[in-house]
Amino acid sequence: MSEARLFVLQRLSALVMAPMVLLHLGVILYATRAGLSAEAILARTGSTPLWPVFYTLFVLAVAVHVPIGLRNVLREWTSLGRAGVNAIAIGFGAISLLLGLRAVWAVSGWAS
Amino acid sequence: MADSNETLTVRLWRGDATEGDYHTFTVPRRENQTVLDVVTEIQRRHAPDLAYRFACRVGVCGSCAMMVNDTPRWTCRTHVSKVAGDGTLTVGPLRNMPVIRDLVADMTEFFDKWQKAGGRFQGSRTRAEPMAEVDTTSKARRHADASIECINCGVCYAACDVVGWDKDYLGPAALTRAWTLLNDTRHADQRGTLDRAMDQGGCGSCHTQGNCMRACPVGISPTGAIAGIKRMSLLDFLGMRGR
Ligand code: SF4
Ligand code: SF4
Ligand code: FES
Repeated sequence: MSEARLFVLQRLSALVMAPMVLLHLGVILYATRAGLSAEAILARTGSTPLWPVFYTLFVLAVAVHVPIGLRNVLREWTSLGRAGVNAIAIGFGAISLLLGLRAVWAVSGWAS
Repeated sequence: MADSNETLTVRLWRGDATEGDYHTFTVPRRENQTVLDVVTEIQRRHAPDLAYRFACRVGVCGSCAMMVNDTPRWTCRTHVSKVAGDGTLTVGPLRNMPVIRDLVADMTEFFDKWQKAGGRFQGSRTRAEPMAEVDTTSKARRHADASIECINCGVCYAACDVVGWDKDYLGPAALTRAWTLLNDTRHADQRGTLDRAMDQGGCGSCHTQGNCMRACPVGISPTGAIAGIKRMSLLDFLGMRGR
């Protein structure tokens, strides 16, 4: 994939993430201030498909955005070759995606 | 006048591509003296074999750029009174370029990167055709105007930290050149220039911190030009690139 495409993907995923991060933070603040227990939170996240869908999108955006940034940092600050940097970035992206989706699955309540 | 005001202690870099270090000279302080005057005086009176570059002496050609107290500047446009408050001055060859000798830096790579950034103009008309008309009030023309006065002095290139640590980075001047071409309606190879400017080592590597912009003696903002190319590339991807 060309650098220009990666740049576009990074910007677009940022565009998707920005409002989501705000909502995510808002929800955290609400949940902690309202003193909800873990069970209560899980009951709510599992009550509607909206939350799992929201967080799936969020995880996808993160899995696109973060590896591209990480790749830029590694390329600039380490002497790892292009292939090495790409491999680390792709690996990191894959792990983020797996762990993220696993977490979404857990709070969706679909497993139980 | 106090003693320290009457003379100037100058640390001047002497050496070649492989080795060298700073030599100290003492020169009299004069009214309206520029850093280039100081370098010239050292060459005339102390070190006749000192190598340095200059041409116009009045801030037109850009060939006298050197590091003055670790900041890249046009030496002919830099008054000693501005930079040597404490009576000392350190002068060296431009940063981020190999040294040829003394204060002369090798600008080959700097110019090569202009080509790499897609900086070559490509027209589409022949001599037989009428001259292209450029709308002087258009946004593109205004963007081009903002950077068209660049005279390839290399000051911004020496000021850029990213150039220092990433040898692939094309640097502010080359990308600014690409931006003027992308805003030149006569330039036929728009695609080629945009692709090259956004390729590895291109605009994506810029940190947008504006060292280049602060250093440019002409007042150009390569930072703005690079941001412009990034924006253009995004709009281009979305099929919304206007002219
Ligand atoms: S942008 Fe300014 S500092 Fe950079 S090469 Fe052009 S004139 Fe010199
Ligand atoms: S804004 Fe970009 S080009 Fe200018 S000095 Fe910073 S990194 Fe270099
Ligand atoms: S000698 Fe021409 S700009 Fe300084």
